[in-house]
Amino acid sequence: MSILEVKKLTLRFGGLTAVSNLSFAVEENSIMSLIGPNGAGKTSAFNCLTGFYKGSEGEILFKGQSIFKQKPHKITKQGMARTFQNLRLFKDMTVLENVMSGMHSRTSAGVFGAILRMPSQIHEEQKIRQVSEECLEFVGILDKKDRLARNLAYGDQRRVEWARALATQPQLLLLDEPAAGLNQDEKEQLVSLIRRIRDDLGITVLLIEHDMGLVMKVSEKIVVIDYGQKIAEGTATEVKNNPKVIEAYLGKEDEE
Amino acid sequence: MGNSVGLIDRLKENLGGKKTRGAALAVLFAVVAILPLFANNYIEEVMTNTFFYIVLALGLNIVIGYAGLVDLGYAAFFAVGAYTTGIFMKMGVDFWFTIPISIVFCIIAGIIIGGPTLRLRSDYLAIVTLGFGEITRIVARNLKITGGASGLVGIERPTIFGHKLYQITDFYYTFFVLVILAIIIAMRLHNSRLGRAWQYIREDEDAAEAMGIDPVKTKLYAYMIGAAFGGVAGAFFAVKMTAISPETFAFTQSAMILLAVILGGMGKIPGAILGAVFLVFFPEIFREIGQMRMLVFGILLVIIMVFRPQGLWPQRKS
Amino acid sequence: MSLFYIVIQQLVNGLILGSFYSLVALGYSMVYGIIKLLNFAHGDIYMVGAFVGFGALGIFGSILGVGWLGITVALLISMFLVGLLGMLVHRIAYQPLLNKRAPRMSLLITAVGVSFTLFNGVMVMTNGEYKAFSTSLGYEGISLGPVNITYTQIIMVVSTAILMLVLYWFINRTMYGKAMRAIALDQDACRLMGINVTKTISLTFFVGSALAAAAGVMAGVYYGSIHFYMGFIIGLKAFTAAVIGGIGSIPGAMLGGLILGLLETAGTQLPFVGSAWKDVFTFGILILLLVSKPTGILGKSEIERM
Ligand SMILES: Nc1ncnc2c1ncn2[C@@H]1O[C@H](COP(=O)(O)OP(=O)(O)OP(=O)(O)O)[C@@H](O)[C@H]1O
Ligand SMILES: [Mg+2]
Repeated sequence: MSILEVKKLTLRFGGLTAVSNLSFAVEENSIMSLIGPNGAGKTSAFNCLTGFYKGSEGEILFKGQSIFKQKPHKITKQGMARTFQNLRLFKDMTVLENVMSGMHSRTSAGVFGAILRMPSQIHEEQKIRQVSEECLEFVGILDKKDRLARNLAYGDQRRVEWARALATQPQLLLLDEPAAGLNQDEKEQLVSLIRRIRDDLGITVLLIEHDMGLVMKVSEKIVVIDYGQKIAEGTATEVKNNPKVIEAYLGKEDEE
Repeated sequence: MGNSVGLIDRLKENLGGKKTRGAALAVLFAVVAILPLFANNYIEEVMTNTFFYIVLALGLNIVIGYAGLVDLGYAAFFAVGAYTTGIFMKMGVDFWFTIPISIVFCIIAGIIIGGPTLRLRSDYLAIVTLGFGEITRIVARNLKITGGASGLVGIERPTIFGHKLYQITDFYYTFFVLVILAIIIAMRLHNSRLGRAWQYIREDEDAAEAMGIDPVKTKLYAYMIGAAFGGVAGAFFAVKMTAISPETFAFTQSAMILLAVILGGMGKIPGAILGAVFLVFFPEIFREIGQMRMLVFGILLVIIMVFRPQGLWPQRKS
Repeated sequence: MSLFYIVIQQLVNGLILGSFYSLVALGYSMVYGIIKLLNFAHGDIYMVGAFVGFGALGIFGSILGVGWLGITVALLISMFLVGLLGMLVHRIAYQPLLNKRAPRMSLLITAVGVSFTLFNGVMVMTNGEYKAFSTSLGYEGISLGPVNITYTQIIMVVSTAILMLVLYWFINRTMYGKAMRAIALDQDACRLMGINVTKTISLTFFVGSALAAAAGVMAGVYYGSIHFYMGFIIGLKAFTAAVIGGIGSIPGAMLGGLILGLLETAGTQLPFVGSAWKDVFTFGILILLLVSKPTGILGKSEIERM
């Protein structure tokens, strides 16, 4: 069964068509990649999926329900989480506080809870803390939980983003270029982390990535886009040998 | 200026320990609590006035400091609270019952203004709140029920446990209690799920939304709570002064409360308190500047934003 | 008076009011377009313009007379000096924050500080008094039945039109205008292309402030008295005008000002509105507009880049 279905999605910015008639599906419990050259429209597609951009046409089904043009926070609440290509941490807050943001949609304390400090609210706070710490543990930076996000090394900041997305307790996780800026060691760890997210947590993963080695290693299916259009789809080997892909993408790899 | 900042920083370092800070707070509390035993009416009056601005500054701090929304018409809520209490008391309603009514009216006003504008860019909110502040004043000046340009006079003094609040000392303690309540509420809000949500939105609205936080709703809460603070302050203001007039709630009033928050440091409770203290004490100490006071405040606002946007109160270190 | 003449009369009044709004709205829109700052102090710049014009007329009026010649000279002096004031404000208060890439909220609050400084400064200097802007302009004009359109009114509208045409030419045909538009699109790219961004922003402040000053002087001449508080409400209204037209859009600001001027004079004629409530009426328009069409008439809606 597919957890996500994108049907004929189109997104225009004035005259520019960033995503054009794009269709693909993500199988539940799979690891899938969306690749394509710079400016192909990958991030734009992600932004449509997560509600940040309102697509011009098409349909997006998440767990069988339409999420097309819904507000981002509602989509998150329904179980889709994302990370950003350019880190978007809450820089002046601690690592733990950053991750606690993810639990927001899974909790409910409001104004009176805060002012009156009711037991249910105190309990909820403990829960938020506990889940957040588990997420930090999962990505391996629990020891840095009290540091300010801005003071972390780049690789660790990326981990905070992943932990934060995991804390929303998603069923589908969208990672936008998670390996960008990581060293070889960190990339290895990322590969195993992605696998653990799927195997241990049962979360479906859809990622955008430029590192072909990594993509080929983890993905069970790959969708290739260029100029907003899908030009190929299939397993790593299928895509690798597709002449269109070689022309559009792999041909340019050495430039990058 | 650099010097005075350095001084505060150093002071903070010396008082940095949790224990010393607790002790300092206890002493401060005790001094303020027994002050009326020694002080004359003038000092009590100035202090009461300070308490009043502290409540307003703490309220505006929730809007601007916690949620990062610029509200340039905050005096409007204070006006709505004061007029609501004044009008209902004239209709024979007991003071203490007018407080919840004032709060509700202020929250409604907050929703009317914030509801449509909070979806838009934050600077639109600034101008709309400014307009709202001005409109509130115009409405108060033109309606019969608000007493027109001369305002409401002869508002009854409230009684509590059969004791009529009458002397300045009575109001000193009433407003002192208000300040303490306001501080507790502001602190608890800050350290809550909602308080964090405000901070997330302030730091990065897109990221916050990606984490499942509804920015409009969350901001609206800040706006409503800020309004409620203003409403309560206004209600007590009405019975302390026994007379209110539209000009009390002009833009200048809003700008002064804003200055208190900015001066001390947005988002910081001690900052808001420090700012309010400055706001009231400064013109009292430098009496001779008279009319120039507002000019000095304006220049100060620019200087602070350019040189020390985080305000005078030092940052929490980590 | 028959309805027809009332309409004509109000149309004239609306056009004049609209001219003032347009001139002030232009400054809002230009600055917003280029640095996304709601220059809160802009209404006060207009007010300062009126006072500088008043001062200049006081000095030169004795030589040149207080007729059109004296007024024109006062207007040009005010435009120049207040334009410089706009640049000064930009350099002192805004540019340091722009350099630091401070959050927009900080800029906005700084602008409030500037506004507060300007209006309290003028208040202190004038003791908060009204100043009579005395000129020798009479009430002669063209009579249309019972409606009298004075030459003053005609000259005001024509001068506004001329100023706008000059601005239009400046923005669209000169290097400076092109630089302004380019910066509005992409500041960093402009920097790479060797455009002096800071200088161009400064120039934008000069032009916007000069236009506001012109409006201030004209309003002083037209209404006959000026006051330190006069910039406050018009700032709010001009902002509304800029939003009606589409903030950031220059033709939009012109159009928005005229529409608001006409709406407001028409509104004053409505039962229940009247002059006491006209500001409430304008404000109502602003709120309705922000809710229904925040991009305004000529503004482009764009998807904000993430
Ligand atoms: N908000 C926007 N307004 C206008 N154009 C945009 C906007 N967002 C993206 N674009 C354009 O859409 C196109 C696709 O951009 P997108 O960021 O989706 O590419 P991408 O595949 O993620 O590239 P990269 O690999 O470099 O991250 C680009 O030409 C980009 O300039
Ligand atoms: Mg991208």
